[in-house]
Amino acid sequence: MNNLLFNIDLPHFLLLAIAIFSIGLIGVVFNRKSVIHIVLCIELMLLGVNINMLAFSAYFQELTGQIFTIFILTVAAAEAAIGLAIIINYYRNKASIDVNEINEMRG
Amino acid sequence: MALFFYLFSFLLILGSLGVVLSRNPVNAVLCLIFTFCQAAGIFLILGAEFIAMTVIIVYVGAVSVLFLFTVMMLNIEIKDTAKYNPAQFFFNIILGIGLIIDIGLVAKILFSGYQFENKSKFLMATNEITNTHAIGKILYTDFFLAFQTSGVILFLAMIGCVALTLRPSKYNKKPTLDYNETRVVTMVNPVIEGGIKDE
Repeated sequence: MNNLLFNIDLPHFLLLAIAIFSIGLIGVVFNRKSVIHIVLCIELMLLGVNINMLAFSAYFQELTGQIFTIFILTVAAAEAAIGLAIIINYYRNKASIDVNEINEMRG
Repeated sequence: MALFFYLFSFLLILGSLGVVLSRNPVNAVLCLIFTFCQAAGIFLILGAEFIAMTVIIVYVGAVSVLFLFTVMMLNIEIKDTAKYNPAQFFFNIILGIGLIIDIGLVAKILFSGYQFENKSKFLMATNEITNTHAIGKILYTDFFLAFQTSGVILFLAMIGCVALTLRPSKYNKKPTLDYNETRVVTMVNPVIEGGIKDE
């Protein structure tokens, strides 16, 4: 147990990654606030994925994980920009971004 | 290294809890900035210096400022609207239980000494070649198509943002100037060591 605590290896990083991912997912699902919080939580989930990729990259001494992390960063930046543009457009039309009031598409 | 790992990961989880739990969007964005700074530390421990610096520049420098400006432009009322419908609450509980089981399974498999099969193709930095150099050598050769595609994605995001937020200029607010108020600049000749006197 002592060895497990002080020898930082792959499992520690994977548990950290899954913790961050779960916090982000729970933030998306349990969100009762604004849409901004949902976009922030999606960023958190992507951060967890990045930690996972880099942990395996360091474990295998292999660079593909880092390359894919760069691509994930690119897509995350694009997604944040588009999401914020949609939020601004929605706010112009409805004058509110409360999650509870965005239910026009409910069947 | 264990000390730094525990320090960074503790602050990382603390920051991400702050993002999820804070009611004010500005506080949430500031917590996200803090979280990404700690994540850069974790990336440095993992030997990915280039990614760590990219995260600092892209997230802390650009994306967070984007979020902050958006929060500034929206007039968000912070109100507590907790109206759960039972079906969604049930779904949330099932999701939470699934996540806990998932974490437990991952911990059980990993700490029982599972060995992954190693099929490395692109080796990491050695003593002769730095991390950034190694990434650049394969990013522009083996992953060239994906690299160009990510450029196209960024271009699409730019065009999409402009197309989403563009509107006819008749809706834009004009700056209001009050022409009755006199806005005159007078040239005065100041007295040496005497200053300017009000007329």
